[in-house]
Amino acid sequence: MTGAPPASPAGPAAGDPAPGDPAPGGATLADVCVVACAEAWRGDGAILASPMGLIPTLGARLAQLTFEPDLLLTDGEAYLLAPGGPGASGGPGAPGGTGAPGSSGGTGASGGERVTEGWLPYRSVFTMVAAGRRHVMMGASQLDRYGNQNISCIGDWARPKAQLLGVRGAPGNTINHPVSYWVPRHSPRVLVERVDLVCGLGYDRAAALGPPGNRFHEVRLVVTNLAVLDFRTPDRAMRLRSVHPGVAVDDALAATGFPLAVPDQVPRTRWPTPGELALLKEIDPAGRREQELRPGSISGNVKGTPK
Amino acid sequence: VDGTQAARGDGIVMGLADVAGRLESGMTIGIGGWGSRRKPMALVRAILRAGLTGLTIVSYAGPDVGLLVAEGRVRRVVSGFASLDSIALEPHFRQARQRGAVEFTELDEGMLHWGLLAAAHRLPFLPMRAGLGTDVMRVNPDLRTVRSPYADGEEFVAVPALRLDAALIHLNRADRRGNGQYLGPDPYFDDLFCLAADLAFMSCEALVPAGRLLESGPPQSLLVNRAMVHGVVEAPGGAHFTSCVPDYPRDEEFQAEYAASAAGPESWPGFRDRYLSGDEDDYQRAVRRFHREREAAQAGKTQAGAASR
Repeated sequence: MTGAPPASPAGPAAGDPAPGDPAPGGATLADVCVVACAEAWRGDGAILASPMGLIPTLGARLAQLTFEPDLLLTDGEAYLLAPGGPGASGGPGAPGGTGAPGSSGGTGASGGERVTEGWLPYRSVFTMVAAGRRHVMMGASQLDRYGNQNISCIGDWARPKAQLLGVRGAPGNTINHPVSYWVPRHSPRVLVERVDLVCGLGYDRAAALGPPGNRFHEVRLVVTNLAVLDFRTPDRAMRLRSVHPGVAVDDALAATGFPLAVPDQVPRTRWPTPGELALLKEIDPAGRREQELRPGSISGNVKGTPK
Repeated sequence: VDGTQAARGDGIVMGLADVAGRLESGMTIGIGGWGSRRKPMALVRAILRAGLTGLTIVSYAGPDVGLLVAEGRVRRVVSGFASLDSIALEPHFRQARQRGAVEFTELDEGMLHWGLLAAAHRLPFLPMRAGLGTDVMRVNPDLRTVRSPYADGEEFVAVPALRLDAALIHLNRADRRGNGQYLGPDPYFDDLFCLAADLAFMSCEALVPAGRLLESGPPQSLLVNRAMVHGVVEAPGGAHFTSCVPDYPRDEEFQAEYAASAAGPESWPGFRDRYLSGDEDDYQRAVRRFHREREAAQAGKTQAGAASR
């Protein structure tokens, strides 16, 4: 387990197609988003990965099947599930134990099969939160430049225009362990100047809190349908880390309700490897991930899968 | 109900209406389960029938809170969310908030756990990091912080004890004396709800003879003991329409029917009249009728489809 940010995964990969060429292996934007979410957990080791929403869930499973095999994942209720069929050992390193992305594709192990390896009722989840052995990827109805997040309600809290999820576990998550966010519709309505209610703690408020209370606070990544963002700036304001294939830097800036920090060179978010694409076909054979990016789907912004 | 009665073997078994009769308007009532999972819904329906009002409900909220709010029985909800799980937002709670019809103590879900634990341990508060720096502190101006008296000097939220006048829980099995057993994957916080309360009532899917609980599950499934509860009710289907695995899963079709009852101001009276106007047996009959009609409609569609080809 490490608190260090992951090594940059965003550089252009060898063998990229030229602009205008078809995506490698027929990869879609949803596939790119799944892989970008998976990268959030790179380097985390044996901690509980808690993804909310389908694309983060597929990302966490992909990370567990490839470069981050020690991650723990729940079934959304009280069981911990590990890759492996009825006859599989399910132990560390199997499958995909080399740590190379996509290395388990075509090895004969099925990415879709899982075994129960443990038990994690809600009371134990809360203990894992307080112990810091967790990295959650939550949704955000609103998110500001310092990573303050709102999932509770829109408008005045006393009588909201729209009651949404409530604060849920966001205050406890953000003060205790790394947190990332998934935003399926990157727009000025979500990436806002000011959130209506601070549920998840951002960097400006964590700085105001000061040490030692803020020492476990880390907002690691924000993955959207357009880009990957992080907070690696002197004042911990949000920065464009990479743009997805086919997205111009100006598109990402225009879809953001506050000025983004932009490095001189903005890399492109990487494509899935052939091995990752093969695994995605196994763990999401019906292609449900495509629906999460469709306008009108609410799952990413308001679905509150609790673990 | 006293020890003599228990010793005679009658235990502390009572009826749904008896439980409601022990509760009063204005009470603070904790409700076990989580979201739309293993909620003591038959006891909630009994509260509706008894006409209690002005309640403060402490809950990992689901349709328990939704039903009570829809009927205007709740003054304040204490929770971190209100969800039907497969339907992300509890529709009646949502509407009540947007109408300004219910007060809300909005806490991080872990704070709720900590407040129940403090109450169960008879402590005034327990320290916690959750909430620091966030608007949970702004919307709960009574929340205080506390500084560690040791060398670290760290400041924490002092989560106040969530003391309850009464607690309601639903488990899979129980005996007549008040020992209770869960058979699903998660105990939730039902034991803490009971210990945080002055009065605790447990409904169950089935009563089993004393000493026979270990025939249905391992020792650690015995979540609640008879020092924690003041009354036991046998209520088969008592968690409906929430899940009570392994006895039954959530009734998703009926939950959708319930959610539709929040579609507009005219929708709720129809739902109430059809499902909530009688006693618990009437409710269970109305649910069976709902499923029969649903099946008949499906069969009709299939037949019509076949005939048109």
